[in-house]
Amino acid sequence: MIEKIDIKLNINGRDYAVQVEARKTLVDVIRDECGLTGTHIGCEHGVCGACTVILDDAEGKRIRTVEGLADGDQLHPVQSAFIEHHALQCGFCTPGFLMLTVNALETNPNLSDDDILDLLSSNLCRCTGYQNIVKAVRSTVAEMRRSPAR
Amino acid sequence: MAGNAKSDGGGGWVGRSIRRLEDPTLVAGRGRFAGDLPAARWVRFVRSPVAAGRIVRINAPEGALVLTAADLAAVKPIRPMLHKFNYVPISQPVLAREVVRFVGEPVAAVISPSREEAEDIADRVEVEIEPSPAVVGTDAALARGAALVHPEAAGNVAVEGRLQTPGFDSTVARAHERIRLSIRSHRQNALPIEPRAAHAAWDDVSERITLTCATQMPHALRTIVADLIAMPESDLRVIAPDVGGGFGQKMSLAPEFVVVTWLARKLRSSVAWVEDRRENLVASFHSRDQSISLEGAFDADAKLIGLSADIVADVGAYSCYPTTCGVEPLMAMAELPGPYDVREYACVSRGVLTNTCPMAPYRGVSRPVITLAIERLMDEAAAVFGLDPIEIRRRNLVKAFPHTSVTGLVYDEASYVETMEAAVNAVDLPAFRARQAKARAEGRYLGLGVATFCERTGYGTQAFAARGMEVTPGWETVEMSMDPSGYIEARIGASPHGQGLRTTLSQIIADELATSPERIKIVHGDTDRTPYGWGTFASRSLVIAGGASLLAARKIRAKLTKMASVMLEASADDIVLEADTARVAGTDRSIPIVTLARAAYHQTHRFKGEVAPGIAESATYDPLGTFSNACHLVVVEVDAETGCVGIEKFLVAEDAGRLINPMIVDGQIQGGVAQGIANALFEEIIYDETGNILTASLADYLPPTAREVPAIEIHHLATLTQASVTKAKGLGEGGAIGAPAAVLSAINDALSPFGVSIDELPATPQRIRAALRTAGARSKSCGPNTAGFGPE
Repeated sequence: MIEKIDIKLNINGRDYAVQVEARKTLVDVIRDECGLTGTHIGCEHGVCGACTVILDDAEGKRIRTVEGLADGDQLHPVQSAFIEHHALQCGFCTPGFLMLTVNALETNPNLSDDDILDLLSSNLCRCTGYQNIVKAVRSTVAEMRRSPAR
Repeated sequence: MAGNAKSDGGGGWVGRSIRRLEDPTLVAGRGRFAGDLPAARWVRFVRSPVAAGRIVRINAPEGALVLTAADLAAVKPIRPMLHKFNYVPISQPVLAREVVRFVGEPVAAVISPSREEAEDIADRVEVEIEPSPAVVGTDAALARGAALVHPEAAGNVAVEGRLQTPGFDSTVARAHERIRLSIRSHRQNALPIEPRAAHAAWDDVSERITLTCATQMPHALRTIVADLIAMPESDLRVIAPDVGGGFGQKMSLAPEFVVVTWLARKLRSSVAWVEDRRENLVASFHSRDQSISLEGAFDADAKLIGLSADIVADVGAYSCYPTTCGVEPLMAMAELPGPYDVREYACVSRGVLTNTCPMAPYRGVSRPVITLAIERLMDEAAAVFGLDPIEIRRRNLVKAFPHTSVTGLVYDEASYVETMEAAVNAVDLPAFRARQAKARAEGRYLGLGVATFCERTGYGTQAFAARGMEVTPGWETVEMSMDPSGYIEARIGASPHGQGLRTTLSQIIADELATSPERIKIVHGDTDRTPYGWGTFASRSLVIAGGASLLAARKIRAKLTKMASVMLEASADDIVLEADTARVAGTDRSIPIVTLARAAYHQTHRFKGEVAPGIAESATYDPLGTFSNACHLVVVEVDAETGCVGIEKFLVAEDAGRLINPMIVDGQIQGGVAQGIANALFEEIIYDETGNILTASLADYLPPTAREVPAIEIHHLATLTQASVTKAKGLGEGGAIGAPAAVLSAINDALSPFGVSIDELPATPQRIRAALRTAGARSKSCGPNTAGFGPE
């Protein structure tokens, strides 16, 4: 039996105290110990990006996952844009793309088309051919330029 | 989130790009995938590290629960069957028994309370295998004296189709030109982002097992798993929850699923297995590993009058269930002539066993490869005759419908020539040729390529029966009911996993029943809740499940009409349904459909026995099939120094009949094209000569990212066929079918000044540079500014 360590995480504003093996990856803990299965595992070697989450504060272990994007019934603009532009088919890679995009837009709301391609090329999608994901992100960027409220 | 507001008062849901009903839960992270379920036990498979050999011993660590083939002696082997084409039945034990036949073949199953612990134990399981010579590649497998992958398959040939039309010899003897070429498509993996996963849970109360898994065909899976582990099929419930892409890979039976289900029964517990990416690349199913040599005989007018082909498909170490390993070679033989009208044909097509991962259907099955072959032939012939590549296709495409192909396939109404012209008219070809010439003068190599093809879709039992399949899929049944509150439920045997079928079927039903998609629930992927059906593959679900949905909805419409005629005291002929209301045409007398629904259950006495209680109908649809068609047109720039290919333009003109939801249609095309571009330029499963797989991670196997897939311009034509009750044709595979041929055609056009051509996919920078070296061109590494990419 491998020794477990106690850690505290704050995910989407909620605290979780879990006992985990030190070798566990963050996504394993989020899924298996915290029961948040919206974050998916696609490759386990850091290529496909399906497991992307937002690390707001590594020290305080504040994390955001796809479950925390919407505000009640109000979807995040990126979520709405993905629906509007048919940027998902099977939906398995989608949480990773959403978190990737949300974090990037929070860091730099003025992404150029080339920045967007650079950004999105860090994750893999097998269904959409990416074009509609690119459109969804472009439209969100344009929307945020018009009304930078959120 | 705003709903899908209607833009007009009429029905008209069909043909509109409404948002998908599937999406709100998926974007919120509330999708449920098989790997999300907690389990009491986890399985890790120990896999063979060698391609061929005899198992000497398997030593498990003290105290660990590790099962081998001996423990599963009662489990029958997988033995897919074909009754034609010299098919050799091949047995696959769910865990290797005595011998191993490919790297990655499961040899033992470790069971532990946690996935991590199961992995730890698996690492400590000692597997001693006495290696034997591995048969890798079809040349080695077909060589005289080659070792046999299965002793029962002489010469390693598992299936062989042969045909020759009576007039073939005399026709090709009088040909004006005979043009030969060979093409090679290397091995790919369908690579759904969700790996395979299965969770089997024993229920102590009902003594039933629920198998929740990533599958494209839950009903057929239930039948075969129950067969293999000898349990009453009714005690097994298979659920396909949200499934994270399949592309064919999740259609074929995974031996691992059988083991997991058997374990749940044995241990009376819940047991789960989730494949990791390495397992997916090594031991899930592969595809596309084919070589085709063909000869086209042309008359003086460049009309193709005879076609012959030798098709060799590497099928790997076992035969996939249910299609068998005949699926690739036999489809290639039947459909090689494609959209061209050729009357004489000779073909030999073999499925060859090797010590590699088994082959199974992947989006398009053989058609990306045969389209590549026949389109290369057209391009070559155009060059020989000094014709424009478009002109030679114009002369040879089928123009009159229905058309019975030389292999007996009936092509329904379509627009092969018109679709190609639409693609060509969307670009300024003379301007491109001028630009190409100017660029060449500057040492830049642009090329334009086209691929025209037809895509057999929505085919029923007759088509599958022609292959002699023991398991003959084809039909779909839809059970539809309207509850007393007027909501509609349609239970389908198809099993969508990203295709948006809940949305499109709702659109079809909504129009027929004068309501809106929000009032319709499509239930799928649960054998306890849905009628037996074949699942989702082969571009069939919208055509067949959609057709059955329309037929069932018509029955419900007829019943509602009859009820309205009684309640409104009017002739049924005068009743119209519109906007959730039944109305006497031309009057203001009407009744809400919801009132009819309630009456069908609570006020049945009013119908005086003329109408049976309740509203529940069922319909089955088993069509012959319908061919959609398309032309892909691609402009590339090839860097002659680096061999890198940049795609400047990608255009698709497509005729898939009536489009139920154009947004979803375009999404299918875009996704398919991306996979086709991957086939053309990037993805390749590589084995070394001993059968070790060299591409076992996503650092070595290279699916394209958003950087590599260009914008795709899509044009639609719409031939309203009689072969589909909804007039919709399937199109799920077309993007992947046309793109490889079109990209290669463009590359070869670009390379034409060098007098070389590429006949092998993927056309990696290495292969292009190698071809250019033979032409004496210089070659050096990719620079940072090139559009293409590739491993060096």
